[in-house]
Amino acid sequence: MKWSDILRIKAEFPVKVWPNAAQAYHRWVWESIARNKPYNQFVRELLTSSGSNFRVGPVNFYRAIQNKTTEGIAEAVGLALMGARVHFWPEDRRAGMAVFFSQVGYKPTSEWKEEVVFWDPLNSIAVPGSIAPGIPAVAKSVTVTNQIPHALAKPLSENAPVAAVFPDGAETTIPPNRDPREVFADWLIRPENPWFAKAIVNRTWAWAMGRGIIHEPDDIRQDNPPGNPELLAYLEKELVSSGYDLKHLERLIFTSTVYQFSSIPRFKGPQQARANFASYLLRRVEAEVLIDALNDITGSSDLYTSAVPEPFTYIPNSMSAVALADGSITSSFLTLFGRSARATGMENERVNELASTQWLHMLNSATIQSKLQNGPKLAAMVNAGGKPNEIAERLYLTILSRFPTDADVKAVEEYAKSGVSKGRDVWVDLAWALINSPEFLLRH
Amino acid sequence: MSTNHKSNNHEHVSRREAMRRGALGAAGMIAAGGLNSRVFAAEAKKTPEQIVAAQKAARDEAAKAKARNKGKIKSVIQIFLWGGMSHNDTWDPKPGTGYDYLGEFDKVIPTNVKGIQLGALFPYLAKQADKYSLIRSMTHGVNSHETAAYLMQTGHKAGGRLAYPSVGATFTFFKKEQYKGLLPPYVVMLRAAGRFSEEGFLGPGYKPFATGGDPNASRFEVQGIVNRGINDGRQKARRELVDKINLMGYGLADFPEMAAAEKAKQKAYGLILGRGKEVFNLENEPTVLRDRYGRNTFGQECLAARRMVEAGVPYITISFPGGWDTHANHFATMKRQCPWLDQGLATLLADLSEKGLLDSTLVWCTGEFGRTPKVSWEPPWNGGRHHYGAVFTVLVAGGGFKGGRVVGSSDEKGEKVKERPVYPADLMGSFYLLAGIDATAKLPHPLGFEAHVLDAGKEGMKSTGLLEEIM
Repeated sequence: MKWSDILRIKAEFPVKVWPNAAQAYHRWVWESIARNKPYNQFVRELLTSSGSNFRVGPVNFYRAIQNKTTEGIAEAVGLALMGARVHFWPEDRRAGMAVFFSQVGYKPTSEWKEEVVFWDPLNSIAVPGSIAPGIPAVAKSVTVTNQIPHALAKPLSENAPVAAVFPDGAETTIPPNRDPREVFADWLIRPENPWFAKAIVNRTWAWAMGRGIIHEPDDIRQDNPPGNPELLAYLEKELVSSGYDLKHLERLIFTSTVYQFSSIPRFKGPQQARANFASYLLRRVEAEVLIDALNDITGSSDLYTSAVPEPFTYIPNSMSAVALADGSITSSFLTLFGRSARATGMENERVNELASTQWLHMLNSATIQSKLQNGPKLAAMVNAGGKPNEIAERLYLTILSRFPTDADVKAVEEYAKSGVSKGRDVWVDLAWALINSPEFLLRH
Repeated sequence: MSTNHKSNNHEHVSRREAMRRGALGAAGMIAAGGLNSRVFAAEAKKTPEQIVAAQKAARDEAAKAKARNKGKIKSVIQIFLWGGMSHNDTWDPKPGTGYDYLGEFDKVIPTNVKGIQLGALFPYLAKQADKYSLIRSMTHGVNSHETAAYLMQTGHKAGGRLAYPSVGATFTFFKKEQYKGLLPPYVVMLRAAGRFSEEGFLGPGYKPFATGGDPNASRFEVQGIVNRGINDGRQKARRELVDKINLMGYGLADFPEMAAAEKAKQKAYGLILGRGKEVFNLENEPTVLRDRYGRNTFGQECLAARRMVEAGVPYITISFPGGWDTHANHFATMKRQCPWLDQGLATLLADLSEKGLLDSTLVWCTGEFGRTPKVSWEPPWNGGRHHYGAVFTVLVAGGGFKGGRVVGSSDEKGEKVKERPVYPADLMGSFYLLAGIDATAKLPHPLGFEAHVLDAGKEGMKSTGLLEEIM
């Protein structure tokens, strides 16, 4: 889900990956994570793949970029894989990096919305009446000629060695028989690359802890130093020596003392303490996780749909929101609670605040009320009967994963006695109160 | 449905050709033969582009001068007709063009403004023509829903690297500091757009609040604000309960995250338990007035919009409850929906005017484009009209615009712009001008890209100048 934000897996608007391709892209990412593919291999595949957008998932990386100029691609690569905002770099550094992406070609097939991404040193996509980058031009040319432009009699550009400059300033000449993307990828994934390991360990840390050692996690630059350089260096070293094993990195972070700190600070410290992770950072759970939790507790489901009239538009009830592949498939809840729009690939596109319109939804919407009132799982917990404290215990364990305190039980008993609500409604109200407590809404 | 927007104006092309020849100088004049050489002498100094640019500059100048003496727009009601409403059958009728163009809608009716006629489906609006102006020469030439809707809702060309916010989100961005009301500043009835995101790169804070529910039901159940079955007593008791069991809250009360969440929660309760939600209680309106608006969803949405304007809400979008994408079943759909639009919109304008709100409230109504003037009688359409961006009509009222005027015109069949093409930048630019928003101002982009409220020139979009004629 988080990688889908970064890599902009979305059928339509503003990037146009298209539904079929978004599924293929997502499947590749999902499998890579599930199999714990070494991160260097993951990135190399992402950067150097060629083939159909429907069949070869990672080629969609180049399609999920709004600005498909060479500089636009360089910016997207920098942001996603180097944690760097390339568009703020000086002109010559940007131009030097852009060269590596000057031979990315896109061409259509006779299948609707299928597009092949390939190494195109001869610039065949510039054939007049052939294709320009992007589906609309492709579609137009295919419609006009009813055929796909084939190999050219003579190359449009001389296939000569190309001079390029790596982001670290090293100059190189790319021989004509090598895909410049590969040259760049091989430079990027070297252990001594100053961005590569740093960006991913920092991002992984930020996902676990709510804040990067370098903050923001996708704004790595000289004048934005890490809060704890030793920690960052240690994690980088661990990642490289483990063979780019992301699970190893995550295990290291999750089992650390700092991850297990309470969110309640042990002493009143200055803001500085927060940047140094002296206590766990509070933040609202993500939109997808929140709705999945609510559905899980109540035994209900949400309908996820896409406005794009194509396959995968309707999703089975049993599917959870975190498993949704395509950012175009959504619900009003996900939108309201700040799911990433997947437009830029920036971390801050996902917003986990608690705004008043969200409170309105949690506190008083017909949707949430109906889940609490009619959800079969919640009803079963109440109907299973027992003493009030036993029912309360069941609800507490399900919703907050803890036992109620004596004070909690007392408050519930008093509430029942007050007679505002009767019978089952008492428990609906308790469940309502629990899902509206900070303990439920905030990661702590 | 194929692209049929070639040139707006044959006359324009031939003149351009003449200019080109003129620019060749003496040789050109000889080659041009019989053309009047005095005309050349006068016109050769200016290219057609320069003439348009000079007209644009003059209009922009005049508009700015006029806007200076007006109060600024406080609220906007945008009525969006998703799918694109036919211009020929409605606000730019073309009587006498024959069955292939008119179908059964061959009647026009006079309005309370001399010289303005409407299609016969709009008797209510005909009585209020002094309150609004019609732009009958709106054009952008885009014939697909997504890109045209993006264009007509943002004023920006689709397909660029940036995802621009809608006019509503931009308006809210500039006005939200001044707005102190309880309701969210940007509201959409009943649902958000779906296929493009209104907030664009401004981020989720500028997403419109979607009411859900139905104002024509016995109770307008606004998502999160008005909830059936939970009375205020139970609501309050629940609130106390959650405070009592808030174990974690005690330890963290002075955390900035907790404080911000708590503040937002208080604001939400202000709406749930306070007077804010009364805005949506249409029962407070006289029955006679509710009937005047029309007892249908759209009519009551218009009424709810007026109540929101009274509460100071800066931007309200009504997404018309029914599509206008009438490739097939065109005439039946028009006969069903036009009366709702007619009655609701006409009453809205009259009501705003009676309450003295029309000067400070802009109302604008359009779809993403018009529809083909020629009817497709053949199967599978069997009497349908298709997408048409070459020319269509936009209605604007209030907010500093004069009523009872027509801007520009289409040709005799409504197929091309005849006079004074109006482009999206001219329309939206005029809104921003009357709202006191600088259309050249920068908008903040998360990646630091340069983005402005409008950027027609840079995006290669045409502009013929602001709508000074109706200011």
